[in-house]
Amino acid sequence: MNQITALDKTVQTNKTKISARNVNVHYGDSHAIKDVNVEIEDNTVTAFIGPSGCGKSTFLRCLNRMNDTIDICRVTGDIQIDGENIYDPRVDPVQLRAKVGMVFQKPNPFPKSIYDNVAYGPRIHGLAANKAELDEIVEKSLRRGAIWEEVKDRLDAPGTGLSGGQQQRLCIARAVATEPEVLLMDEPCSALDPIATAQIEELIDELRNSYSVVIVTHSMQQAARVSQKTAFFHLGNLVEFGATGQIFTNPEDPRTESYITGRIG
Amino acid sequence: MPSFWLVIVLIALALAGFVLGRKRALATAGGDMKQLHSLPAYYGHHVAFSALVPALAVLAIWSLVQPSLIENRVSDMVPASFVEEGHTIDLILTDVRRLADGLDAAVAQGALSEAQAADLDAGTTDIRALLGDLGVALGADVQPEILAAAQSYRGLSDTASTAKAAVVILLALLGFGFAYQRTHKDFRARNVVERGVMALLIVAASLAILTTVGIVFSMLFESLNFFGLHSWRDFFFGGTWAPNFRGDSDLSILPLLWGTLYISLIALLVAVPIGLFAAIYLSEYASAPVRSFAKPLLEILAGIPTIVYGLFALLTVGPMLVTIFGKGDDGVLGVEWMSGATSVLTAGLVMGIMLIPFVSSLSDDIINAVPQAMRDGSLGLGATRSETVRQVVLPAALPGIVGAVLLAASRAIGETMIVVMGAGAIAKFSANPLESMTTITTRIVSQLTGDTDFASPETLVAFALGLTLFVLTLGLNVLALYIVRTYREQYD
Ligand SMILES: Nc1ncnc2c1ncn2[C@@H]1O[C@H](COP(=O)(O)OP(=O)(O)OP(=O)(O)O)[C@@H](O)[C@H]1O
Ligand SMILES: [Mg+2]
Repeated sequence: MNQITALDKTVQTNKTKISARNVNVHYGDSHAIKDVNVEIEDNTVTAFIGPSGCGKSTFLRCLNRMNDTIDICRVTGDIQIDGENIYDPRVDPVQLRAKVGMVFQKPNPFPKSIYDNVAYGPRIHGLAANKAELDEIVEKSLRRGAIWEEVKDRLDAPGTGLSGGQQQRLCIARAVATEPEVLLMDEPCSALDPIATAQIEELIDELRNSYSVVIVTHSMQQAARVSQKTAFFHLGNLVEFGATGQIFTNPEDPRTESYITGRIG
Repeated sequence: MPSFWLVIVLIALALAGFVLGRKRALATAGGDMKQLHSLPAYYGHHVAFSALVPALAVLAIWSLVQPSLIENRVSDMVPASFVEEGHTIDLILTDVRRLADGLDAAVAQGALSEAQAADLDAGTTDIRALLGDLGVALGADVQPEILAAAQSYRGLSDTASTAKAAVVILLALLGFGFAYQRTHKDFRARNVVERGVMALLIVAASLAILTTVGIVFSMLFESLNFFGLHSWRDFFFGGTWAPNFRGDSDLSILPLLWGTLYISLIALLVAVPIGLFAAIYLSEYASAPVRSFAKPLLEILAGIPTIVYGLFALLTVGPMLVTIFGKGDDGVLGVEWMSGATSVLTAGLVMGIMLIPFVSSLSDDIINAVPQAMRDGSLGLGATRSETVRQVVLPAALPGIVGAVLLAASRAIGETMIVVMGAGAIAKFSANPLESMTTITTRIVSQLTGDTDFASPETLVAFALGLTLFVLTLGLNVLALYIVRTYREQYD
């Protein structure tokens, strides 16, 4: 059924937001990403799928230079956002990360109150002129993260005291509160029930109007439902990249077909 | 039989027990290991431990208790007139023991036969010269009463040693026999050995704790002696410290406590910011090569003996401070605020330097315990490193850092060598850090060194001071450990 919805999607071409060429990533001696080329469009949801350990998170972390924080990690190649090479020495990674937000694979709320968790980014970047504006941003973000109803009465409670799924949504709310231009989401629904998942997928669809979204997922249905473009990674290689409908109904590479029909992974 | 040989015999018994127990277990199972409840070695261990452990325990306790029991008996033989005014009988008993040991040595080296040694007469033989030739120096000529006491000492220890050997070996054989007889293929040797190992570990743990308790109690008793001689009101609430060895001293802890706390405060003001910033640099900013080089270096600093810091205070920091704040017009500031090298500031600065590695390595561990995911979350939102440190890492690590600071404070309060050499000896209340002041630890040292008399309040006050210090640092440590522990649980 989901394959069919995917088929129905009209694929329109948008302008390129991120373009990666010949990207290689090494962790010490191990070669985690091998010569990946990919064009991520604006106002589009791009899904990264592939078996565990194939390098999806690693590649995602290249896009906002989070790999800089890992000592042994070495990234080579050329990644441009809006035509600017993000690995250029003149680029400030701090500024870049404000523009390219990220939701991590493991929920990582700060040991602060729920309110302070969400207000963290807006405060750092001075997005709110006063307390009322900040309140507004926090509420809006929590609503978009589909968690407002659950936490509105205990905004002062610590974020670390929430359940795993609630923490995941809190982290999504925290990431959207900074209003990034690109949002990288690493398995944002892995701990969510179907209702919360549907709400997050709605959010992703809504974000597409103004941003470019990249989502890593292990759920074929989710990839088919929310994304317009899909990239299939396998053992560090980008095997196939194209329109989601195309990938799910008529894959070119036999490995892609085996994976989406459940034979490798 | 000397204890050394006894131990050898016990070990031999245990080894035999291991071999035999193992063999018997295998025999009951018809040579088939799978029939046994436990691996064969467990049966061997069971017999060996049963033979060895109780016997060794009795041997240890007996050897500890025997001398004092015998001395008790012998001390009755020493006439009261021998005990000089103001001295205890201990001195005489030491002579008795030396003489007895000397006679034993004479017999062992063949200078005297056993019978000659037993029949010695202090009147006819010059025992002092005789033993002197054998390398046993006696303090004075031997009086007949002392000789009699020494002979009785020898006799008693001889009997006691024989009894000891008999009891210990009998116990080992009993343990051996009992365990050997229990060895059977269905016997759960593995479980028994497990319980035995646990018992051994418990004994080790309790020994450590008992020693601490023992130390506290001995301090407590001496302190009680002190409070019997000196009013506790003056000690805790008096305002002056003026010991006077002719009696009638003012012995109040408050001026000393003031000095201690003042110096510790300065030390913490130096150590906490520098140590903490060093830890933040090392754990958050430094590259791997710098860290692998700088961290061990800091830890080496923590291993410098405090006496070396004391020298540093006396020879470098003190004179340097004098050139800045003293010497009048020849000094750097042209002021005359400081007369000698010893001062609160000298000791505080050097103690602060000593504490830097302590604070930084504790804080470094605590900061590293903050999960990387937390930093990633902050950096991923576009925060700089210092924003991340200030707003996420430090708040998360704060309770642990407070614990580290309290531990450092307790070290500062208990530190001795640096203050002995750098702080001075004058007990007073003063807020001027350039004056010399004294601390609890320095006064303990000075009250106990030199010619001391353990019956006067001037000496016994050291124990009361020590106990107060102990309670103070113990309180700080407990508080610090409690805070650190509750913090650890957050992330585990
Ligand atoms: N910090 C790291 N240090 C060393 N190797 C790493 C590190 N992170 C990832 N790797 C290696 O890089 C490869 C790709 O890992 P990555 O996390 O990108 O996989 P993934 O596709 O996200 O998998 P999953 O679906 O399980 O999250 C793996 O082989 C992994 O062992
Ligand atoms: Mg991953």
